[in-house]
Amino acid sequence: MAEGTADRAAPSTPAGAPPDRRPARIAALAVLAVLVALPWIAEAAGAPFWIDIATRALIFALAAVSLDLILGYGGMVSFGHAAFVGVGAYAVGVAFTHDFEGSTLFGLPGSVNAWVVWPAAAVAGGLVAAAVGAICLRTRGVYFIMITLAFAQMIYFLVTALRRYGGDDGIALWGRSEIGFGLDLNDDRTFYFLCLALFAGFLWLARRMVRSRFGRILRGAKDNERRMRALGHPVYRYKLVAFAIAGAAAGLSGALLANATEYVGPAYLHWSRSGELIVMVVLGGMGTLIGPAIGAAALILMEEWLPEAMNALQPGLGEHWQIVLGPILILVVLYAPRGLWGLVAGRRAGGGGRPTPLAGLLGGEGPDGKARRDD
Amino acid sequence: MDPLLLLVQALNGVQLGVMLFLMAAGLTLVFGIMDMINLAHGSFYMVGAYLTATFSAALDSFLLGLLLAVPAAALVGLVVERVALATLYRRDHLDQVLATFGLILFFNELVRIVWGPTAIFLDPPEFLSGTVTLPGGVTYPAFRFAIILVGLAVALFLWWLIARTRVGMRIRAGATNRETLEALGVDVGRLFALVFALGAGLAGLAGAMAGPILAVQTGMGEQILILTFVVIVIGGIGSIRGALVGALAVGLVDTFARALLPGLFGLMMEPAAAAGLAGALGSVAIYVLMAAILVVRPRGLFPAHG
Repeated sequence: MAEGTADRAAPSTPAGAPPDRRPARIAALAVLAVLVALPWIAEAAGAPFWIDIATRALIFALAAVSLDLILGYGGMVSFGHAAFVGVGAYAVGVAFTHDFEGSTLFGLPGSVNAWVVWPAAAVAGGLVAAAVGAICLRTRGVYFIMITLAFAQMIYFLVTALRRYGGDDGIALWGRSEIGFGLDLNDDRTFYFLCLALFAGFLWLARRMVRSRFGRILRGAKDNERRMRALGHPVYRYKLVAFAIAGAAAGLSGALLANATEYVGPAYLHWSRSGELIVMVVLGGMGTLIGPAIGAAALILMEEWLPEAMNALQPGLGEHWQIVLGPILILVVLYAPRGLWGLVAGRRAGGGGRPTPLAGLLGGEGPDGKARRDD
Repeated sequence: MDPLLLLVQALNGVQLGVMLFLMAAGLTLVFGIMDMINLAHGSFYMVGAYLTATFSAALDSFLLGLLLAVPAAALVGLVVERVALATLYRRDHLDQVLATFGLILFFNELVRIVWGPTAIFLDPPEFLSGTVTLPGGVTYPAFRFAIILVGLAVALFLWWLIARTRVGMRIRAGATNRETLEALGVDVGRLFALVFALGAGLAGLAGAMAGPILAVQTGMGEQILILTFVVIVIGGIGSIRGALVGALAVGLVDTFARALLPGLFGLMMEPAAAAGLAGALGSVAIYVLMAAILVVRPRGLFPAHG
């Protein structure tokens, strides 16, 4: 596949002249420059809380991009991604609890060392995702959406029952993880840069993955699973690996979230959190890597600004900001099916758009834009 | 455990199952015919409960309030369908999830603005406020018993509607093969608006009857919505029979898991640990049931699509 079209989501994109990529590169560098400079900009503007908002946006962007790997590229609409975020957060919380008490869990001591705890959070997220995925991937369509939701609910209720680790109340951490090298993560600016670095690193990794043979098979399976199977690819295994990788990244974002808020609780696993992650992906632009990040930033900024703007109209109105957010989501779905990134970039972002007539004829998608039933 | 208590728990399970059936019947048809995910179905349940609260306060009669609230909920459903959802049928499931998630946010906030954030508690009508005595000497709350009877009546009505009328024939045809039905000249758009309104009305009825049992508050719709999804997935999407079987199974399993597990674990471990573990497993039981059924039958017990 030519370099110019390689990062497009759907292989069924009609062939055309490769777009000029220079503006996109310049824009990406500009955004990166702004993100790097943000702590100083925030300080100069007398608004240090921007750092906090940006940190949260980066953490959710990490989770949203990981969800898009399976959702936008793999066609697996997981309605339980927040559960893996929560598993990662609880890994941090549980390790903290045992470190604090000096007790052990299965013979292992607790820890607040980021080099130990964060990889453990990612591994935990990945393992739970692998177990859940192994069962869920037997189903498809609406059934898949619902069974992922059901597993997320199971994990949610199990966590609320963990009285040893706070039950409904969760765990309040006494500080952020320790990373060494003379860096103190309790400094908001240091923590922000670390989140930025991890997010950028994951974005690079995801880009490599999407463009690899692995990513192409995954996208091919999204378009037409039967065709990929007929070509001899073990589609189920590919999907399961993708699901586990996404779960691991979600676990890492959970570890960051626990550190950002210095709190771990069942609310992180609530089903509406999974819904919000889907909102971020679709709002920003499904089937792209940058779209979900934009969606995450947009949703978090709306959470901040909508109440303020409504309070400016009439004091007290901001409390009801969700009555505005709801219709905004509906309007985005109706009039910008490719998401915000689709609006900006003006190119096919894959997934939500209508299929090309050719794809319909080839049997990739049914005439109504939905993947054909496979069995 | 005392067999009489078991009977009461069984009735509680059936009562929960009947409520879930009212929710699931409409939703499974919407799923089945138009292949549409509607997360906002719980909002009609909530709207039904709130409208019942308002109407029955204004008219000083729970029954009249309920009789007004149910068609009103159906009307709300019809408006939502025409305004927001009708253009989404041919879109991706994901678009539908997102748009109806937006609807949930909208309705929850709207209800909070109109009725305020505090929960409302309803009283059952006078003649149903007592208990009934069943054969065997078991007493059971009359209102809950009435819910069971209403639910069974609705199930019977739906069976008649779907199996014996022309509209029902078209609904069945739509669930099996929409394109063919369209090609035969049936106005599927209108048929679907009708089914959607019917489903919203049934959800409103469930909400209205839930008022005197549970607190009427924002977010009440989502609690039952997730259970309803479990019911539909167990029963098989698009199948009314599956919805009934699934609803009763979920209602009974959930009720018995919560009622029996604490005692069962209490035999094996200390009470505090038993209560915690049993509480968790009680909440999880229906999801385990669903996962187990999907492993054996990935498309539910009675899938409508061939």
